[in-house]
Amino acid sequence: MTKQMSMKDAIRKYVHDGDTLYASGFTHLIPFAASHEIIRQGIKDLVLARATPDLIYDQMVAAGCARKVVFSYMGNPGVGSLRRVRAAIEAGTLEWEEYSHFSMISRLQAGASGLPFMPMKATGASDLADQNPNYQKVTDPYTGEAVVVVPPLKPDVAVVHVQRADAEGNAHVWGILGEQRLAAFAATRVILTAEEIVDQSVIRSDPNRTLIPGMIVDAVCHVPYCAHPSYTQGYHDRDNQFYLEWDQISKTEESVGEYLREWVYDVPDRAAYWEKLGPEVHQRLTAGARLSEPVNYGDY
Amino acid sequence: MTDELNYNPSELMVVNAARLLQDGDVVFVGVGIPNLACNLAMRTHAPNLQMIYEAGVIGAQPSRLPLSIGDPTLVSGALSVCSMYDIFTLYLQRGNVDVGFLGGAQIDQYGNINATVIGDYPNPKVRLPGSGGSMEIAAWANRCYIITPHQKRRFPARVDFQTSIGFLSGGDARKKTGVRGAGPEVIVTNLGLMQPNQDGELVLTALHPGVSFEQVQENTGWDLKQSETCTVTEPPKQEELRILREELDPGRIYI
Repeated sequence: MTKQMSMKDAIRKYVHDGDTLYASGFTHLIPFAASHEIIRQGIKDLVLARATPDLIYDQMVAAGCARKVVFSYMGNPGVGSLRRVRAAIEAGTLEWEEYSHFSMISRLQAGASGLPFMPMKATGASDLADQNPNYQKVTDPYTGEAVVVVPPLKPDVAVVHVQRADAEGNAHVWGILGEQRLAAFAATRVILTAEEIVDQSVIRSDPNRTLIPGMIVDAVCHVPYCAHPSYTQGYHDRDNQFYLEWDQISKTEESVGEYLREWVYDVPDRAAYWEKLGPEVHQRLTAGARLSEPVNYGDY
Repeated sequence: MTDELNYNPSELMVVNAARLLQDGDVVFVGVGIPNLACNLAMRTHAPNLQMIYEAGVIGAQPSRLPLSIGDPTLVSGALSVCSMYDIFTLYLQRGNVDVGFLGGAQIDQYGNINATVIGDYPNPKVRLPGSGGSMEIAAWANRCYIITPHQKRRFPARVDFQTSIGFLSGGDARKKTGVRGAGPEVIVTNLGLMQPNQDGELVLTALHPGVSFEQVQENTGWDLKQSETCTVTEPPKQEELRILREELDPGRIYI
């Protein structure tokens, strides 16, 4: 059964005020098109969870969509500070809940596997655990030693961008996998966006690459270039130049406001956004070809 | 002689960090100076070093300098790509990582690192990016190296917040926590090298050419001890500088 619908309809149907949202992707496959649609629809009071809030949550916080952020590294990767999230935290206008990368991902692993908590080896660092009561200790029943545990993270909705999917949401993903799969399995509702919608026979030709099965997906949206200024391996490059520019844009509320007006509110959808970026940017972000060797699954 | 002294502080730190790496090391690496140090080591004395990234990339062979730790160039041509959960469990937590590179806003007398806040946690004066993977790398990599410019504000006696641990309050405090890794082994700065003594306190073990102990003390926030065997590091060699400037960072982004 097809689950294909427009990004606009998917956000309207599956993202509500007050939801906990996990827009997944570690540097790679970050679904900026979905966040821009959420901003356009004026959705409020979201709890924004991501290991790395990245520019996607900096923009959503600046646009007034968020009540709280849950994160493990709040920076502009390779550039510096994530200015809008940081300013809101320092001003006391945004709640936050903080983890290390591994404890954040462990929370998703617990949520995705239906477990009550996830154990982790000791790190010896106690300052963060003293500030965040979600870090607890249990006694290892086999050795009697204390083990650190974190509770499941179960987002109301996850947005996951992939290279290709069929209309039911069976999706092929390659490149940096981050926490894509865990976010999808942990969430109650899943919006899948894809560079290409393909016939199911393409998915069946390489089942080991299907990291997200259609059975957990609610909506499938065909959104080429969904991830810009992040990237999609093999489809387009990361726009490092924009990540550097954002460091300037995000310095003041005014310049962020101008950016949002020009690139989010006054743009109807991702196709128009990509068009607006222009041929020079398209050329600069082109990904050349580097193909894998085909494998033989055998004909049985 | 003039040629020998013709290098900048970043180059000095990269070269000294690269020399610490051994052939065959599995290194959990970040972007910037650690990435350059690994690549320099691979092109000189450690051709079999393996770079792994917290994004889940093993055996990366980047063809350009990545800006971010999740750059697509890390994937193309890598040995393996796995999820973040796998990289932190199967590789780091399991003990398959020899070296971790760390940095932070503050590093204290016992090698503890602050990357979280300056001031009070609930009402921070400066909100820093936070741990990322550093809490686990500092605890679970077999050994760690910290690379940072030598400034007094970066080396207070005590950090405002312990994001990742070195030797805590010294003595056997680290051992008692049960963490598997040995902790920070060398701190590479633009003035010299510091290493933990038996008590876990960072002491000066080497000066870079032309640097005095007084200069290092002036830029350190505690009463710095100088090791009895304190040496002077060998200046960067022409070949090391050539590889760095011509092959690894021709655009001079990090050096």
